[in-house]
Amino acid sequence: MTKGPMQIDRQALNCVMPMHLWVSGRGVIESAGSTLRKVFGAVQLEGASFFDLFEVRRPGGVLTLADMRRHDGERLQIIPKEVGDVQGLRGIAVCLPANEGVLVNLSFGIDVIKAVATHHLTDADFAATDLAMELLYLVEAKTAVTDELRQMNLRLQGARDAAEEQALTDTLTGLRNRRALDVAMSMMIDRKVPFGLMHIDLDYFKAVNDTLGHAAGDFVLQVVAKVLLSQTRAGDTVARVGGDEFVVVFKDLTDPDKLFNIAKRVVEKLTEPSDFQGQVCRISASIGITISTDYAQPSADKMLSDADEALYASKNAGRGQAKLFGNVAPPDLPEKRV
Amino acid sequence: MHGLINRAIQCYVRDMHGETAWAQISRQSGIGLDGFEAMQTYDRAMTESLLAASVRVLMRPRETILEDLGTFLVSNHSSDALRRLLRFGGVTFKDFLHTLEDTPGRGKLALPDLDLPVMDLYEINPSIYMLQCRFPLEGAGHVIVGLLRAMADDYGALALLDHDGYSLDGEMVLIQLLEVSYAQGRSFDLAARAD
Repeated sequence: MTKGPMQIDRQALNCVMPMHLWVSGRGVIESAGSTLRKVFGAVQLEGASFFDLFEVRRPGGVLTLADMRRHDGERLQIIPKEVGDVQGLRGIAVCLPANEGVLVNLSFGIDVIKAVATHHLTDADFAATDLAMELLYLVEAKTAVTDELRQMNLRLQGARDAAEEQALTDTLTGLRNRRALDVAMSMMIDRKVPFGLMHIDLDYFKAVNDTLGHAAGDFVLQVVAKVLLSQTRAGDTVARVGGDEFVVVFKDLTDPDKLFNIAKRVVEKLTEPSDFQGQVCRISASIGITISTDYAQPSADKMLSDADEALYASKNAGRGQAKLFGNVAPPDLPEKRV
Repeated sequence: MHGLINRAIQCYVRDMHGETAWAQISRQSGIGLDGFEAMQTYDRAMTESLLAASVRVLMRPRETILEDLGTFLVSNHSSDALRRLLRFGGVTFKDFLHTLEDTPGRGKLALPDLDLPVMDLYEINPSIYMLQCRFPLEGAGHVIVGLLRAMADDYGALALLDHDGYSLDGEMVLIQLLEVSYAQGRSFDLAARAD
């Protein structure tokens, strides 16, 4: 096998390397690949000095053709000075025999996507062996898949929002929420099931939250939930309706004395200090009570607002107690009963 | 079966035959009105019951529906992605035919769990080709017929495409290339339009 130089004509060279540069011993570009010429547009490559049009960024210190010949066969990073939108080309330069200069082959590297768009490159501008088409294909496939996933995320988000909207549970305490309370009350009113209603507002909860932090506050709310569940029956509805407000609906329980007893026990239990990570949390509760049989035509809104009024009467009377709506009315003012 | 394939059928029914048809088909096949998620995998029986319901509701043979689906996949303008991905297969329709064998590999490059038909192309002479297509879904060859017909249009080539029955392990598609540049094809710019 002979080891002599190989001859290749320019057209064949261009076919294999459409982004090559043949730089003569004097540093002048003798020929340039068709894709490079397309990218440079109006800027004439052939006949120009290589270092006028290109800067070798890496390795450093390559300022002359002799420097380039010293880096024979190494990977180069080359910046075209006249093509603004191409950040950097990847290249390799090999010495040509005698003193004929160097043959440089370039590629776009990751900039290929931008280059294709800016310079309207087509399949024919890439060597048959170039993986540019596969890269472009992958970018498009990835984009299509990502779009599909984004839409799926939106659909799932929508489904989650809808599910949350329909949820009946308060996530922090596991109690029923305001919506569940409305459903339970309107069902009982529709079916004419009598019930007692207790509106419970925590006293000093804000102080716990402010001094011991939200984690302590959350802990206290969970303790309250346990207490309320322990003092009610399975068929009762225990709901958290606001930050520190709770409503309990006692199905078939309309005896004021019994309701008062329950309220008293709830207040007693809630007044017991609880321990959160070594910190003592002290709260209490004020309670307002209404009973559906006190109304000719009970309505959920009216009963809740009356219970609220009774609750505020409890607060004003010194907290830590319960009042029944209507029970404290002065006898001469029957229409304003609290 | 990959959700993309089920979803393709869903989009075809909805876009080409209307929401009412889709509502009926989704009810009959038990999938639910929301249909399939593209990025999930479903049992193959689901696809079969979807197709069976489509045959009943659309009152068309399974082969016609599948062939229509193939055409829809390429020519449906609301989603140009698949057409573009296929066009990366080659500059001419003939080039494109030769890259059909890469289809499963290309599919896996995009989505590793996507199974696409395995295709083998046999050149009978420069204008007649036989394509053998293997896929778990019976009638997949008809999808290929519809899809190749639309792709020929896209390239501006004049080709006759026919389902040529079943071989021992696949379905056969006969491709007769009458004219490679019969009409001006749809343009294909390598760079996707930014939109």
